[in-house]
Amino acid sequence: MGLIAPPDHRTVSYIPETQEGWVATRLDFLVNWSRANSLWPMPFGTACCAIEFMATAASRFDLARFGMERMSYSPRQADVLICAGRVPFKLAPIIRRIWQQMPQPKWAISMGACASTGGMFDNYAVVQGIDTIIPVDVYVPGCPPRPEGLIHGIRMLQEKVMNERIADGRIRDEMNPDPSSQLYIPPAAINELGEPFGNSVHQNRSAP
Amino acid sequence: MTGRFEIVTAGSAASDAPAPATPKKVSHLGAPPNPTAAALAEHFPFALDRVSVIWGETVVFVKANAVYEVMQWLRDDPGQQYDYLSDVTAVEYRDFEQPLEVVWHLRSIPFRRFLRVKVQLPKRGPLEVASVWPLWKSADWLERECYDMFGIRFLGHPDLRRILMWEQYREGFPLRKDFPLRGRFSRAEQLRQALAQNPETRYSMEELTVADAFEDLPEEMRKRLSAGERTGE
Repeated sequence: MGLIAPPDHRTVSYIPETQEGWVATRLDFLVNWSRANSLWPMPFGTACCAIEFMATAASRFDLARFGMERMSYSPRQADVLICAGRVPFKLAPIIRRIWQQMPQPKWAISMGACASTGGMFDNYAVVQGIDTIIPVDVYVPGCPPRPEGLIHGIRMLQEKVMNERIADGRIRDEMNPDPSSQLYIPPAAINELGEPFGNSVHQNRSAP
Repeated sequence: MTGRFEIVTAGSAASDAPAPATPKKVSHLGAPPNPTAAALAEHFPFALDRVSVIWGETVVFVKANAVYEVMQWLRDDPGQQYDYLSDVTAVEYRDFEQPLEVVWHLRSIPFRRFLRVKVQLPKRGPLEVASVWPLWKSADWLERECYDMFGIRFLGHPDLRRILMWEQYREGFPLRKDFPLRGRFSRAEQLRQALAQNPETRYSMEELTVADAFEDLPEEMRKRLSAGERTGE
């Protein structure tokens, strides 16, 4: 039919006839490829964006196509935190704690106008963008974004994951608050609170 | 206490209760008042300030110091039986001279009646009114919300804490007219205080879902929690 797969420059050598079952590639590529295609989301749905998020995960748009069919309701087993909806100040420490409980490597998607900027809720109760609390990798605009928008954001995140390098340690750096400040939470407290979650009772945060 | 709570089934309303119907062509003012208003005027001539009917709904203004007796009578009198407290809230008017109003929405299921009870609290005096929590348990969270948003203290409430905002919230009462829309503090300070709220230290075992998983917790942690320690301290 004339359909020929383009040569993949990332694969160094692959000649099935003579070298059966033998592939050489970059370790970075292999690791990133597997990570990008098995991102387990931690759904943090607080408002109407969560409805669109559910629609994205359901059969019509089918997040499973991107390796995300498994919603991880335990932060211990999650890779990407998807904040769908506005975050009031009362939830600020909770989303921060969830982020701290997620093991590295981890990413965050801020879905919708409210999560990204506070949106129309420029008032006393709502956080003006979750990037004031946790680092965000992808912002998805919209009020709420359509599932296509979220999928586009996820594809962008996958692209970002594919471009990461193991040798670059800076992308895994986490900034912790000053232990003398009120904002500091000792690692023991972070680990302790995760204990009752689901089937990951004995799983703790990975070492930083 | 237990005898009062009877299961209401269809057709169990009092025989003289009007049949349920959607009111049509209700006038703004001047619709016939709820018969409870006349009974209240008879029983509490000194506690009842005035009665008004707006869009067919009766509003009775009661003196603040008589709220509890009036409410108790409304609930217990066999001719009234207001057995359902559906809302407790407050109203503040833009005119500063207007007093703050506390509003109770009562419903009598046997008689199919609705009554709105209001109390006016002058802003210069203490914003205090008796809690109706001993009468209707639904008042618990409703009064906490009213306290949280308007700063009205319900005397006799067993656990009057903030319910929507976190407990260390220091900016005031958000639904008051003198409260700025974006709060009093800077965004950075608001976020700093919010992140430092440390919710685990403020809620008891019963309020945390950790209580559900208590049996599955490690033994050492169970021992510490049952000794009264709160997580995160």
